Amino acid sequence: MSALVTAVREVWGLFVDDGKLALGLVVWCAIAGLLFRALPFSAEADALLLASGCVAILVASVFATPGRRRPG
Amino acid sequence: MLAWTHAGPSILAAFLASLVEFVEALTIVLAVGTVRGWRPALIGAGAGILFLVVLVLLFGPLLGSIPINMLQLVVGMLLLLFGMRWLRKAILRAAGIIPLHDEDAAFASETSQLRAATPAGSRTLDPVAIATTFKAVLLEGLEVVFIVIAVGATGNLLLPASFGAAAAGVLVVGLGLVLHRPLARVPENTLKFAVGILISAFGIYWVGEGLRFAWPGADLAIVALALVLLAVALVCARILRSPSPSTFKELRS
Repeated sequence: MSALVTAVREVWGLFVDDGKLALGLVVWCAIAGLLFRALPFSAEADALLLASGCVAILVASVFATPGRRRPG
Repeated sequence: MLAWTHAGPSILAAFLASLVEFVEALTIVLAVGTVRGWRPALIGAGAGILFLVVLVLLFGPLLGSIPINMLQLVVGMLLLLFGMRWLRKAILRAAGIIPLHDEDAAFASETSQLRAATPAGSRTLDPVAIATTFKAVLLEGLEVVFIVIAVGATGNLLLPASFGAAAAGVLVVGLGLVLHRPLARVPENTLKFAVGILISAFGIYWVGEGLRFAWPGADLAIVALALVLLAVALVCARILRSPSPSTFKELRS
């Protein structure tokens, strides 16, 4: 049983390291899938909005990491 | 015939990502072989490879039965999580916030743990050694299989992606056989930086495809996404590396 738990934990660790980053990406993709079509944009604009959001979430995660030099 | 613009990024992503995984697996197999003997190390590694083959044969055919949009969405989401995780760590390592991965240090740590473990009996198989290499090969191998499926399955590029991964495997195992020590000179953070960018670009692209969005430039959007991610990652690493005004104040006082 403990071997199974370890295996599940290892596989989980392949995809999730910073929980906030993973949650942010999942939520953003869910928003894209559920709400973007309701917006008055083209399918190309939807794709670019999806990409911009993913990049913004990465940047936010990197700058929110403890241990980085704080401005000021 | 496959166009290089179509297959090239898949081959490159599979090659680079698999290279990192094979180097990590090789470090552990070498550590076990050196400390506990080559026989149990190779038995564990072989069992790990066999288990992987069984998993691929069992679950591989299921891929064809999944609707393409669902496959693109799920694989894209997994790629996005996997790639962004690597890219975030690579940015933080490049900025000096978290330490660089060191294969020599990993080798030293693994060998000291193995020496501290219960010594193997001379007549019995060494379960510690077998379990260690089995787990290492299985986990790193699972990552390779996932990468190959992820970058290949959705675009009907499993063969080129497998070729990229196999080339990485042959290269790393060949170098391991010749050198008999960890491949510490492989610029692992640079590789993880590149792989994180490529895998994240694939992830964003396939999530968009799965949601039936339209990418400007079709497949070429993967290259554009990779270039944007590269620029953003380099800028982030540079900003994080530069000393803040408070650091200057501390230096002056």
